[in-house]
Amino acid sequence: MFMKTLTLTAVALATVTAAPAFAGRDQLKIVGSSTVFPFATTVAERFGKNTDFKTPVVESTGSGGGLKLFCAGIGEAYPDITNASRRIKSSEVERCAANGITDIVEAKIGYDGIVFANSVASTQFDVTLADLFLALAKNVPTGVDGEVQPNPYTTWDQVNASLPAIKIEVMGPPPTSGTRDAFVELAMEGGCKTFPWIKAFKKADKKAYKSLCHTIREDGAYIEAGENDNLIVQKLAANPNAFGIFGYSFLEQNSDTVQGSTINGVAPEFEAIAEGDYPVSRSLYFYVKKDHVGLIPGITEFLAEFTSENAWGEDGYLADKGLIPMTDAERTEWAEKITGLSNLAM
Amino acid sequence: MTNTEVNFLKGQKHLTRRYRAEQRFQWMGRAAIAVSLTFLVFMVSSIFWQGKGALITTKIALTVDLSAEMIDPANIKGASFDKIIKLALRAEFPEATKRKQKKKLYALVSSDAGFQLRDQILENPALLGANQTIWVSASDDVDMLMKGHIDRDKPQSRRRLDDQQISWIDALSVKQVFNTGFFTNGDSREPELAGILSALVGSALSLLICFALSFPIGIMSAIYLEEFAKKGRWSDLIEININNLAAVPSIVFGLLGLSIFLNIFGLPRSSPLVGGMVLSLMTLPTIIIAARASLRAVPPSIREAALGMGASPVQATFHHVAPLALPGFLTGTIVGMAQALGETAPLLMIGMVAFIVDIPGSILEPATALPVQIFLWADSPERAFLEKTSAAIIALLVFLVLMNIIAIILRKKYEIRF
Repeated sequence: MFMKTLTLTAVALATVTAAPAFAGRDQLKIVGSSTVFPFATTVAERFGKNTDFKTPVVESTGSGGGLKLFCAGIGEAYPDITNASRRIKSSEVERCAANGITDIVEAKIGYDGIVFANSVASTQFDVTLADLFLALAKNVPTGVDGEVQPNPYTTWDQVNASLPAIKIEVMGPPPTSGTRDAFVELAMEGGCKTFPWIKAFKKADKKAYKSLCHTIREDGAYIEAGENDNLIVQKLAANPNAFGIFGYSFLEQNSDTVQGSTINGVAPEFEAIAEGDYPVSRSLYFYVKKDHVGLIPGITEFLAEFTSENAWGEDGYLADKGLIPMTDAERTEWAEKITGLSNLAM
Repeated sequence: MTNTEVNFLKGQKHLTRRYRAEQRFQWMGRAAIAVSLTFLVFMVSSIFWQGKGALITTKIALTVDLSAEMIDPANIKGASFDKIIKLALRAEFPEATKRKQKKKLYALVSSDAGFQLRDQILENPALLGANQTIWVSASDDVDMLMKGHIDRDKPQSRRRLDDQQISWIDALSVKQVFNTGFFTNGDSREPELAGILSALVGSALSLLICFALSFPIGIMSAIYLEEFAKKGRWSDLIEININNLAAVPSIVFGLLGLSIFLNIFGLPRSSPLVGGMVLSLMTLPTIIIAARASLRAVPPSIREAALGMGASPVQATFHHVAPLALPGFLTGTIVGMAQALGETAPLLMIGMVAFIVDIPGSILEPATALPVQIFLWADSPERAFLEKTSAAIIALLVFLVLMNIIAIILRKKYEIRF
């Protein structure tokens, strides 16, 4: 009996290892940012349904991880496209070039707004970038030029007298998140720069400038709530005094429970983000390996699907998923660049 | 001495105290079980409560024009089914004339409606030639409204469907049916279409590989180490290492898989083959430790009797000792595999945290796994994915329970009592 079991297992093992030989890859492989993931997957799914090509495999690896995989080499084993919630860095372009990847097509697909929101049960806030910086930075200016102190503010009215006297309690993503990077760069640094002496400081000592503007306080007022934006939304609904930092698509889906604060007087609305009036919005990209065009079937067709008005247009299905489309002029310009497979210019 | 005597004489009082201590301990034990059971019941029932909605989906009846003008019977696939659906909606509500209104109207049905219409026609071409009433999937927002997750009393700017859309839905004939698609579809970005089949198949394939590798290797190493290997410094070293491996965080195995299976062996990324191999690295120590313990539990008299009757050590082991230890082998294997079933961290490194629509047909095709599917859905903005997440957790639990039941049945079958 026992030997029989072992033999059976051995047979199973043999069939498994004697699997069919690897055929050439006929399916697109996409890696990269978790922010672009919902959009890339939507296009991939439609592409698979509407064409005879297989549905591309989309992996959620993060922008940096995706570019690392993308730049590892040319060939079937390496991904064809990588998504990024920021622009490719020159160090990454060099890395790619070191592995023989010199022809990269850059594609900007639209914008993503980052919202600062609270429960609909409490009052809507009207904050400036400077308020956000003062409320969330680890060190803040004392009022005397060139002097900083550890953040003393515990309630919003201490930051700005026009705000209510509510305890500062903000839930946001951890440092590993791209949303956090973007928030720090756009909102925190944006607020930081409103102090003229700090702005001047940028040229003198870039490192110190960055550490002042980019460091978020660690005394409990900023709560790292994990990468899952749904969790932040649920926590906001449960705690009307707390604020959350998350992507626009989550605000749109949960408009019955949370409301976005206006920042510098602009509300996080579709049109405001699309026109660039809303200050905390970033561009989303993907990058295509040109050497794979022709090697892996379906790349040009996939690009055509992504850049069609039906997908990334103002009324396209990506807008329904929360992507903020580019303006008409930008779309025409980028569509031409993308479908024409023109090389990335830094 | 006198003290002992005094205590001995007071024995009656001591006895009651000891009885009381025992009673107290028993009650504490019961309370501990009650607390853990309450947590378990609370967790499982809240998941079931949230997940039950995913078993039901909403369908909308549309009267579509399938005349030869719209669909050429000779070339059915060439027709624009999306257009037919849109025309049917507009015929139902002619008041939607502006672009914005039309868009809101089209948003009531799923983006898959055209494909569903096509499939129904291909299955039953007799539908062609006249106006027909067909059922297509509603969009996730309509589904949420029907399930009561969208509050009609909120101001319309605060909900996903505005007053006009709700009045349209109320005018349409809508039914709620069992959601078979949840069990037969792969992943989708549209909550009303998303299903767990691709993840389920991916998990099953990975576990199959994991079992095929770790069971024979694990059992053989355990038998050799326990029955044949000379006890010495080397066997001690190996034992310590195996015990250490059992405690290594699972992501480390993922990194190992990335650098060896993918980068050196060149096996395909995202495939259940690599997934199973990485998971088997993780389950091997568990299986070896459990198998060795169960071999040790076989009474030495069995071994000695077999050897005394003239059996060779190999015969004694395989004919007498191993069959007795088999129930323990199986338990260890199932426990290890159950652990592997719930892992996502090692799969991240080898590319199985991915959006997979097609159902994997072999161990080399890209696949994902159930826990990964749960993670991806939990992270999606659409409200309707909330119930899908819970339903996928239920599916994972059912999978686990099935595995445990198999383990119990096998154990009962092979168990020999002395």
